[in-house]
Amino acid sequence: MPTYRPGPVSLILAVLVALFLLMPLLAVIPVSLTPSRMLAMPTGELSLRHYRSLVEDPRWLQSILLSIRIGIVSSAISTMLALCFSLGVWMFQPRFTAMLVGFVLLPMVVPPVVSAVTLYFLLTSLSGVSSFFGYDTWLGVAMAHSVMTVPFATVLILVSLSQLDRRIDLAARGLGASVWERATRVIMPNIKFGIVTAALLSFVLSWEEIGVTLFITSVNAITLPRLMWMGLRDNIDPAIAALSVILIIITVLVLAVRSAVVRLRAGG
Amino acid sequence: MRGVLSDRMGAALLMAPLLLFLVLAYAWPFLGVVKWSFTLPTPGLGQYEALLTDDLVQSVFIRTLRIAAIVTVVSVAAAYAITVVWVRGTPAQRLIAEFCILVPFWISVLTRAFGWVALLSNRGLINTWLQSIGFISEPLTLVRNELGVVIGMTHFLIPFAVFPLASAMRSLDERVLLAARGLGSSRMRTFWTVFVPMTRSGIIGSALIVFVFSLGFFVTPAILGGGRSVMIAELIYLRIFQSPDWGLGAAISVVLVLFVGALMALLFRYVKPKQLV
Repeated sequence: MPTYRPGPVSLILAVLVALFLLMPLLAVIPVSLTPSRMLAMPTGELSLRHYRSLVEDPRWLQSILLSIRIGIVSSAISTMLALCFSLGVWMFQPRFTAMLVGFVLLPMVVPPVVSAVTLYFLLTSLSGVSSFFGYDTWLGVAMAHSVMTVPFATVLILVSLSQLDRRIDLAARGLGASVWERATRVIMPNIKFGIVTAALLSFVLSWEEIGVTLFITSVNAITLPRLMWMGLRDNIDPAIAALSVILIIITVLVLAVRSAVVRLRAGG
Repeated sequence: MRGVLSDRMGAALLMAPLLLFLVLAYAWPFLGVVKWSFTLPTPGLGQYEALLTDDLVQSVFIRTLRIAAIVTVVSVAAAYAITVVWVRGTPAQRLIAEFCILVPFWISVLTRAFGWVALLSNRGLINTWLQSIGFISEPLTLVRNELGVVIGMTHFLIPFAVFPLASAMRSLDERVLLAARGLGSSRMRTFWTVFVPMTRSGIIGSALIVFVFSLGFFVTPAILGGGRSVMIAELIYLRIFQSPDWGLGAAISVVLVLFVGALMALLFRYVKPKQLV
């Protein structure tokens, strides 16, 4: 069967775009190996000192641990809330569903900077109530991240529910299963892939969140992106290059594993 | 009757936690921001009048619209080129294109902005290389200006522009293209007169997404603009944290939301939501 393939001109243009997309990711590799204390290309010898400073400087380790903690808590909150909400939508199909889903998706559509001002308002107001939840606390950041990630978790879970065969649930219902049993023993096992993906995506989004975090932290809750931001703005620290290289390698590995898994699932 | 009632209760119980969470943690504080815009520093419409008269605010708005427009055109064109190969290439070409689209997509905005600093700054890769081959004697200013911002934002937004285009190209009937070729139309002509017009909804969707995203962009302009080409989002940040003028920051936020809302309404008039993913 003949197929319509891109011609040589298309291929050349696509290669140029691909190079443009990969270029800044490749550029950080030489910078991370410079022996200099400042941002510069290595001239002659290479050094791993910036990789070492990631391990030796306690600030990096502290902010990595903080980002992991915030990521886990906010991902747990947003996945739970999104799961319950999506189950409600799918099982009962209440009126005004479209409007309610639209409302839930707002933090995803509103410009991030406006969400940031909004969450700044929220956390500074909460600071007056409790010193645990307010501005510049890790719980406050986790809550703000949940607001930002919950639309994505909801979309993923709703999409995997939309691929589920309603007759399974009808059968369970006809056989007398309660709402709880239908949700936990019939529906959830069938969308576990979607739930896990939602939790992972929420974690990743929280892990790299910077736009909102900048507005709601100052000196205490320094997440990893926040620390990178400080290193980028003031005096560019090549340790950021070393960290970037590590993050890029992790991303490439995860994507490679994911595409292998998808291929296996599709093949098997 | 009892069944209907318990259904409603079940739905309410399941859906209430998230709705309540977002009302308390998002809708209510947003109304608080709206209130700021009308009450700080003095009650009234003063901040909105300032928006219309303040030269700085005006120039930032105009710069933001200009940068967003340039970034939209460049990103959509670049995304189109790589999406053609991602959707219609040979399996190997598709795999490589997918890799080039998804790896940057998943890497944080900070790392990507930093990569551009490493490439474009005075002591960065490009300037070092051009100087070492003797092409230039003084480093070129590629960053801390609008050029740097446009490059960085385009890089960030290309993957987002790809998805609506890919969905439009996938749903396109291949037989039409083969028919055009079979009837003797050249590759170029088939592309411009058959392929591109048939992906129009994808182009519109992709352009609006990129445009809307670029209006509220913060991190990339702040790093690659170096404080010299401030866009709306950075202006909001500065008004709230550096020259505490919360009222003006809030008023700009409200205007930005209204503007983006209007654009989204436009988007959904032309494109169905499911065509965007």
